[in-house]
Amino acid sequence: MTAALAIRDGGVDPALAAELPGLGLVFAEVPAPGGTRTPDGVRERLRTLAERWSGSRAVTMRREPVTAAYRAFSRHVGLDPDVVRPPVEAVVLERLLHGGLRPRGRIEDALLVGALETGVPLWSLDADRLDGPPALRPSRSGERLGAAGDGPDLPAGRLVVADARRPVAIVLGAVADGYGPTPTTRRLCVFAVPVAGVPRIHVEEAIWACAEALAA
Amino acid sequence: MADLDVRPAPAAPPVPVPPAAPSADAAARARAQLRGQIADLERRLSDTVIACLPYGDAAASAPALPAGLPLASAGPHVLDLGELERTRDELADRLAAARAELHHRGEHAERARARLERMRLAPGQHRFARVTRAELGEGRCGVWEVRPRLGLLGMLMGWWEVKLSSGCP
Repeated sequence: MTAALAIRDGGVDPALAAELPGLGLVFAEVPAPGGTRTPDGVRERLRTLAERWSGSRAVTMRREPVTAAYRAFSRHVGLDPDVVRPPVEAVVLERLLHGGLRPRGRIEDALLVGALETGVPLWSLDADRLDGPPALRPSRSGERLGAAGDGPDLPAGRLVVADARRPVAIVLGAVADGYGPTPTTRRLCVFAVPVAGVPRIHVEEAIWACAEALAA
Repeated sequence: MADLDVRPAPAAPPVPVPPAAPSADAAARARAQLRGQIADLERRLSDTVIACLPYGDAAASAPALPAGLPLASAGPHVLDLGELERTRDELADRLAAARAELHHRGEHAERARARLERMRLAPGQHRFARVTRAELGEGRCGVWEVRPRLGLLGMLMGWWEVKLSSGCP
């Protein structure tokens, strides 16, 4: 299945691209796995990846190029990475606190494999819920996150991942209710948000590793 | 014929000119420059925080955000010039504080090393003196201590030595 994986670039609002060069959205659609239990092979792979993150490496990871790039990006968009940890840092911190990575379900674990292999965080959406390919843009006045009427209000200018109709995720943040994968999801849209300083090959490798783990 | 008045006309009072607003290009360049500075400061802060780690709590060397500065709860958005300047200044303050802390801890460790050296050279003159490995910047566990060799007998005979105990459960 992964041999046919088509990795594509999502759109980026031109003003945003001019303001934050290097910011992008890369995604691939993959079949959703059947079942929720993580296969033994993926569990073993996660265990091996967790062992790579010894305490000393974990505390110095903020100096590694990809992690450093996401930390700098966080600062650039008004997030303090020492308060809201970039996703991969948060996972590694959890691994240190709990002595390992707790299983999170088949899709979450596959996303984690890709993220820990490369340092590039990944998210997933239910591809069939999307209206067109995902893109990055600032939210508009009066928009809400997701389709639900009680979805959180978004102030104008919030950086979001959006389909043709509405914001479906916050950049480096939460996916809107109703847009994440569910047991009935047939196709996943796995995406990364590369930032300046993150080599393209890392981004593609992250998605490939995730797709392989999903297909295992 | 009337004489021609060739005196220079009195200068017109200067009209105050409002400072020109920076062009969009100049503002974009300024924001890009600030982002470069922020990335550089973030890298230096990381280096300094990591350098502080052997001495203990890294968080202590990266002070928390002062009130009134951009908060994480604000969510990701494109920062304007003022926000970028505040972020840069706040990072510079944190870097300065972290470096001062590192310097302070380095001096403290240097004094602890000198004390340990004196204990080793003349343990009898430093009975029951202690230097923790944390003071030396070598981790959290372990204590160097001047103890009598063979317990009470060593104490009576003046046999003293410097021993390292684990100090951790």
